[in-house]
Amino acid sequence: MELSKKNEGQEKQKINYFFPKEPDKRGGAKFSFSRRPNENVTEKPVPEERMKKWRKGDKAKGFAKTYFHTNKIRAREEIFEKVAEKSARSELLCVEETGGLEGDKTYEITQNDIKESSDEATQQKIFDLRLDKFGPYRLDYTRNGRHLLIGGAKGHVAAFDWQTKRLHCEINVMETVSDVKWLHQETMFAVAQKKWVYIYDNQGIEIHCLKHLDMALRLEFLPYHFLLCSSSAKGYLSYLDVSIGKEVAGICTKQGRLDVMAVNPQSAIVHLGHPTGVVSLWTPNMKEPAAKVLCHASALRDVAVDASGIYMATTGMDRRLKIFDLRMYKELSRFQYIRRHCPGLLDFSQKGILAVSRDNVVEISLPRSHKPDKPYIYHRADRLVADLMFCPYEDVLGIGHGWGFSSIVVPGAGEPNYDAMEANPFQSRSQRKQTEVHMLLDKVRPEMITLDGQIGQVDVKTAQEAAEERLKKKYLKPDKVDFTPKNKMKGASSASKIVQRKKGVQEQHLRAAVREIVRTKQVEGKLNTRNKNRKDLEPSALDRLKKKSV
Amino acid sequence: MATVCKKKNFSLKVLSRNPDNYKRETKLDIHRAPQNPEAYLHPFALDREYQRALNATKLERVFAKPFLCGLEGHKDSIEVLAKFPTRLAHILSAASDGEIRLWDLSTKKCVSSVVAHHGLVHGLCSHRTGQYFISCGQDANIKFWGCSEEGQISPDPLKTLLTKQVYQCVDHHEKEDIFVTCGQSLDVWIGDRSQPLQSYKWGLDSMHYVRFNRIETHLVAAAADDRSIMLYDTRGSSAVQKLIMKMKTNAISWNPMQAFVFTAACDDYNLYTYDVRNLRMATNKHEDHIAAVMDVDYAPTGKEFVTAGYDKCVRIFNAVEGHSRDIYTTKRMQRVNHVLWSMDNKYILSGSDEMSIRLWKAKASEKLGVMKPREKTAFNTTEVLKKTFKDYPEIRRISRHRHVPKMIYHHKQEMRDIKESQKRKESNRRFHSKPGAVPFQPERKKQVVEVKD
Repeated sequence: MELSKKNEGQEKQKINYFFPKEPDKRGGAKFSFSRRPNENVTEKPVPEERMKKWRKGDKAKGFAKTYFHTNKIRAREEIFEKVAEKSARSELLCVEETGGLEGDKTYEITQNDIKESSDEATQQKIFDLRLDKFGPYRLDYTRNGRHLLIGGAKGHVAAFDWQTKRLHCEINVMETVSDVKWLHQETMFAVAQKKWVYIYDNQGIEIHCLKHLDMALRLEFLPYHFLLCSSSAKGYLSYLDVSIGKEVAGICTKQGRLDVMAVNPQSAIVHLGHPTGVVSLWTPNMKEPAAKVLCHASALRDVAVDASGIYMATTGMDRRLKIFDLRMYKELSRFQYIRRHCPGLLDFSQKGILAVSRDNVVEISLPRSHKPDKPYIYHRADRLVADLMFCPYEDVLGIGHGWGFSSIVVPGAGEPNYDAMEANPFQSRSQRKQTEVHMLLDKVRPEMITLDGQIGQVDVKTAQEAAEERLKKKYLKPDKVDFTPKNKMKGASSASKIVQRKKGVQEQHLRAAVREIVRTKQVEGKLNTRNKNRKDLEPSALDRLKKKSV
Repeated sequence: MATVCKKKNFSLKVLSRNPDNYKRETKLDIHRAPQNPEAYLHPFALDREYQRALNATKLERVFAKPFLCGLEGHKDSIEVLAKFPTRLAHILSAASDGEIRLWDLSTKKCVSSVVAHHGLVHGLCSHRTGQYFISCGQDANIKFWGCSEEGQISPDPLKTLLTKQVYQCVDHHEKEDIFVTCGQSLDVWIGDRSQPLQSYKWGLDSMHYVRFNRIETHLVAAAADDRSIMLYDTRGSSAVQKLIMKMKTNAISWNPMQAFVFTAACDDYNLYTYDVRNLRMATNKHEDHIAAVMDVDYAPTGKEFVTAGYDKCVRIFNAVEGHSRDIYTTKRMQRVNHVLWSMDNKYILSGSDEMSIRLWKAKASEKLGVMKPREKTAFNTTEVLKKTFKDYPEIRRISRHRHVPKMIYHHKQEMRDIKESQKRKESNRRFHSKPGAVPFQPERKKQVVEVKD
């Protein structure tokens, strides 16, 4: 009875999280920030479909060697699950939505149409720079998509904040410019000139002349490794660490002129396209390509890798555009252009939208739905297109062509929700400085660039070798090691492969057993011969004390 | 932004950010930092974390400067160290000349001293309240000393008990007014009595070390000269168990968090952790010292303990691991006889032969003093990172590396060779004898000779 009365009383009370306490005589806190005792807050569980996206692997099955370790693994998995749940819940905080364009014939919609029906901020993003004296132009956006660098082949280089249209610098280097590239931030950029690569600051002052990188045709920058990669006309691929100014690797590819280069943003592997139709994959740690993919029957025009690092697109002189899956090195789809059309330059946007240029036309298609005759957006530039690049975190495509630069809007191209810890379009000067320090501290070493990321993998090979070493030592108790094959990625765990792997382990055990038998036999033989030699003597009563073989 | 154009019949939605939503409103605000956990926006996340862990490990070694100061003042070698269970800053020490000193760790100074005994002081322990402490010495006296809040020792003993025998060690009960002394026998004293309430004896040999369990407060462990460890219940009339090992035990420390676990520092260079429920086998064997282990003391968390070695070093062990996690040495430190882990889990004290007490940090690279919240978070993050990547070969190599004195380095290698050759010999013997005649014997069982009930 008492209990029910109590509950009634509580219901009548107003729910108040911060309720005043009796004033403390000693002058303590006047409010207590504690929850009311009987109030339970239960969170709604996240739906399974959404959790699936954030889980990074399957749960471990079975048990570890000991109860202790099983529990340890379970506890760890609980944390992973919690991380996935938190990520799923934080989706709510990503408020911006991806852009889109819907209609019957979207390729008929011109930039003018978009300009007419969009807001003022978007209208500002559609602009042309008529620079017909020094073209064709190469371009580069910074990682946060805020700043733009353009370099005309005849020496005109300009850097500016393209959103506010504020010019940082405009210089003429009085030399041929073959490529331009921002370094890790908008304070510095590299220009590949006729002979050497130069580094300028954002006021256009020459800081360095990199004579290591000569006759560079293409430049790429790996921001997490601070590596500036250049491919030269003489067939050299060079990696230069810009944080210490040291050349990390200089590789003679022996493939002739290297004017097609792309970087996989997820693995920092450089993709080079060759006139033989081969795409070769390079790391700074090997003098040979890590992999080679024969993509086209004729010379390659361009290569691009998408932001997730999974898809690679190539165009060749055989008028084909092909898309490859880099996990399996398998061709996913190919498109044959008609006779007069030859696809040229390529670029992927953050959301996977692909832009292809042919002559002065840029065709933009949605992810994995490429139709050469019916693209998503069709744009005609003033002159021959020389460079294409999607602006990160914006629905904008920058086109460098013979008469300058044009910026067009491609709805749905950019990632709407940026992560300020990685790239922040609205960062202040102090934030920029802070980020720079952190980037330098977390600089990944070039040795860690590998085709299959090694850091997260289990090093079974070394473990096996160590176990084998241990087996050799007779005085140690033999260890039971179970290298049971785990189900790997797609394709790797076919029934025949599992049997193969199992056989390998079994064979090792067999070998160890054989070694054991051989050794026993050797010892036996020794004892036998020793006894035999003694037999030559007269038999004596002490013979029964002799050591007998087993 | 979604709009519909009527002329060509299409609907358009373009990404258009309002800077006001992303910039801070006033200068006093913090900067807005939206986050997106999408994986492709964080390339090399694992590689960067690894790099961070590596840097943190390197920095840990750079900042590993554990020695804080030496407490100078004693005129003879240190005989005993004792702590107050309820006072953080005060430490007691006694020397061979009979002097007892009380140190204040916050000022690193001796607060007061008293010449307590003629000759050596053998045992020292304080009462839980900290109001008095007990000492026993070579002059066969047990003395009670008053101790003020500020650390002033009373000039004269509160009480003196004249005994028939010389006691080697003394320890006080956790809750009641009981204390035990050991020598020729284990004596239990209670209240104001001048004669022991209870006297235990098992065998002929004398005992030299005694400790009360801090949780099961009536349980006492004593180490005797006949290589044995004995367990007594002060409520009973006889001993509970007796464990005889191959070598003598120098010191015993009960785990303050697990009532049934104690660690014994042994003369065979190793420490053994036992579970009192099964003394036939140690639960762990802690190796690394290259000479007899003289003393051991648990951290108040029960997760780690510190040991004093006759090899002139102090080692810190993780309670569940077989090898030490850290070693402290200095050029001038001689044989270490006593160690203490302070009650705030932050400091370690070591008393050595050359009349000096040394104060060390329990975590060699820990930053002392007040930390700001951001700093604290940063340290916590690096701790987790180090833990995550601790098994990577490069990180493990750096975190394990210690620059040890030549003597220890070479002796360690020698020990390793000895051990290996012993194993080889055993395996050869096994190989050349009837199967099963030379059984595999666990390392944790080898030292046990006998267990008596």
